[in-house]
Amino acid sequence: MVTVAMPHGLPAISPAPVPLPKAETRGLSFSYGTFQALQHIDLAIYERRVTALIGPSGCGKSTFLRCFNRMHDLYPGNRYEGEIRFFPDNTNLLDPHVDPIEVRMRISMVFQKANPFPKSIYENVAYGLRVRGVKRRVTLDEKVEEALRDAALWDEVKDRLNDLAFNLSGGQQQRLCIARALATDPEMLLFDEPTSALDPIATASIEGLITELKNRVTILIVTHNMQQAARVSDYTAYMYLGRLIEFGVTDDIFLKPKRKETEDYITGRFG
Amino acid sequence: MSDPSVRLQKIRALIAAHKRWDIIFGVVGLLALMAGVLTFAALFIEMAIKGLPRLSWDFFTSFPSRKPGEAGILSAWVGSILVMVVTALAALPLGVGAAVYLEEYAPKNWMTDLIEINVTNLAGVPSIIYGLLALGLFVYQFGLGQSILTAGLTLALLILPVVIVTTREAIRSIPGAIREGAYALGATKWQTTSDHILPYARGGILTGVIIGMSRAIGETAPVITIGALTFIAFLPPAPVQGEFPFLSFEWIMSPFTVMPIQMFNWTSRPEAAFQHNAAAAGLVLVVMTLSMNALAIYLRYRLRKKIKW
Repeated sequence: MVTVAMPHGLPAISPAPVPLPKAETRGLSFSYGTFQALQHIDLAIYERRVTALIGPSGCGKSTFLRCFNRMHDLYPGNRYEGEIRFFPDNTNLLDPHVDPIEVRMRISMVFQKANPFPKSIYENVAYGLRVRGVKRRVTLDEKVEEALRDAALWDEVKDRLNDLAFNLSGGQQQRLCIARALATDPEMLLFDEPTSALDPIATASIEGLITELKNRVTILIVTHNMQQAARVSDYTAYMYLGRLIEFGVTDDIFLKPKRKETEDYITGRFG
Repeated sequence: MSDPSVRLQKIRALIAAHKRWDIIFGVVGLLALMAGVLTFAALFIEMAIKGLPRLSWDFFTSFPSRKPGEAGILSAWVGSILVMVVTALAALPLGVGAAVYLEEYAPKNWMTDLIEINVTNLAGVPSIIYGLLALGLFVYQFGLGQSILTAGLTLALLILPVVIVTTREAIRSIPGAIREGAYALGATKWQTTSDHILPYARGGILTGVIIGMSRAIGETAPVITIGALTFIAFLPPAPVQGEFPFLSFEWIMSPFTVMPIQMFNWTSRPEAAFQHNAAAAGLVLVVMTLSMNALAIYLRYRLRKKIKW
C-alpha cells in the first residue's frame, strides 16, 4: 500500500487491490405509504470506489440513494426495512436509535439540480461547517478554499467569494454544491443524477471531478446516462422495478452482463 | 355552395355582431371599476378640500379642545403609533411562530387541518368580537386596564390571521430543494429554519405584518369596546427619560386614544368646524395607511429582486 500525503492533510491511500466495503445494504426495502419502492436489496458499496446505479425512470435508484442519508425521514409515511451497515464502525444507518443528523454529518449529498442557498459563494461552502459549530474565521477560510479547490472552482471564484451564488452558471453552481458537500470531509458522497441539468462541457468537468474525488471518498452515483456510468464508475448496479437485477464490476456489466434484462437495457432494447 | 362574396359578407356581419359584445362588456367593466375608484376619489377629494386648510403644524401638536380652531390630533397620532408598536411587537413573534410551526414542525394530520381552517376563519371574525374578547380577557381577567397594552394586544390578535397566512405563503414559496440542501448537510430543524427559512421568507413576512398593521390602524370598534377615551388632553409618559434607567414602560399602561376614534368623536359634533377637523384627521389617517401599503409593496419588490428561485 502506498500512502501519499495530500495538501489538505488527509492521507490518501491508493486503492487496495481487494477493496473493502464502506457500506452494505442487507435486505433493504422501502415504502412510500403503501407503495413498496425497494424490494429486499443486498448491495455492497466499496471504499474509495465509484458505484453507479442505473436503470429506467421509476426503478427506485434515487429512492435507494436517499436511504443512505435518511432523506426519507423528512417526509411522513415512509418506512425502511432491513439494514445499511456502515463501516468501519458497523453502524446500522437505518437504526431508529441512530440520529439521521449524525448520518448526514458523515454522508454528504449532491442533488440533481444545483441547489445553492441564496447566500454568498463563501457562505454556501461554509454552511456545513457552521452547522458543525465551526466559528473561527481562519479555519473557515482554510476549509472553504480547500473545498473550492477540490471542486475545481477556486480559480473561477476566488476574487468574488462574497458574490451571490445565484450569479454563477449552472455548471459552476453544481460544482459549488459539490464544494459545499466536500467542505465537511464526508466519508461518503451521494450524487443524484448530478449532471442531468447540465450541458456537455459542464458534465465533462463534473465527471472529471468525480474521478478525482474517488481517491479520498466513497462515491455512490445515480445516473440515467449509461455512458456516464461506464465512464466514471468502478462498479455498476442495474435496478428495475425496485429490485437489484445485477451488480458487478462496471466493465463486466457493460461488456458481458449475466442477466438478460441487464443486457436488454444496456443495449437499448428496453428502457 | 353559396356565392363566395355573399359568404364573406355573412362572416363579416357575424364578426361585427360578436365584436359589439366585446365593446359592451368593456364599457360595463369599466363602469364597474369606476364605481369603486370614483367613489374613493370623490371621498378623498372632499376630505382633502375640507381638511387641507386645517392641516398645519399646530394641528399635529395640539390636544383636542372644545374650540374647533384650537383642537388638534396630538394625543391621537401619538396613541395610534404607540398602539401600533405594541401590535407589531406582539403580532410578529406570535404570527411568525405559529406559521413556522404549522409549515415546518407540525405533523400533517386532522388536528393541524382543523387549526388551519380555524386560522383562515379567524380572518373573517368581525372586529368588534375581538373587542369583546379583549374586554373580558385583557381588561377584566388579566387586569391590564383600558391601556395602550390592551389595545395593542387586541389589534395584534385581530391581524394575527393575516400575518400567519402571509408568512405561510412566504415559507411555502421556498423550494423544497433548499430545505433538503440544508438538511443534507446535517442541519437540525431549527438550524434550517433560522438560517434559511426565516431569512428567505423575510420579505413576505414583513409585507404581511405591514398590511396587517395598515388594517389595524384604522380599526375603531374593538378599540372603543375595550374603553379607549374619546377626549384626552395629555400624552402617555415618555418612553425615554433623563435619569436612570433611562427607559420607561409606564406608557404601556397609560390611557390613550387613536386616530379613528378622534375622527369619530369630531364627526358626531354638531358644529360644522369640527367636521373640518374630522376631515383633516381622516386625511392624515388615509395617508398613514397608504404609505404603509406603499412600504409593503416596495419591500416586497426589493427583497424579491435579490432572491429568485
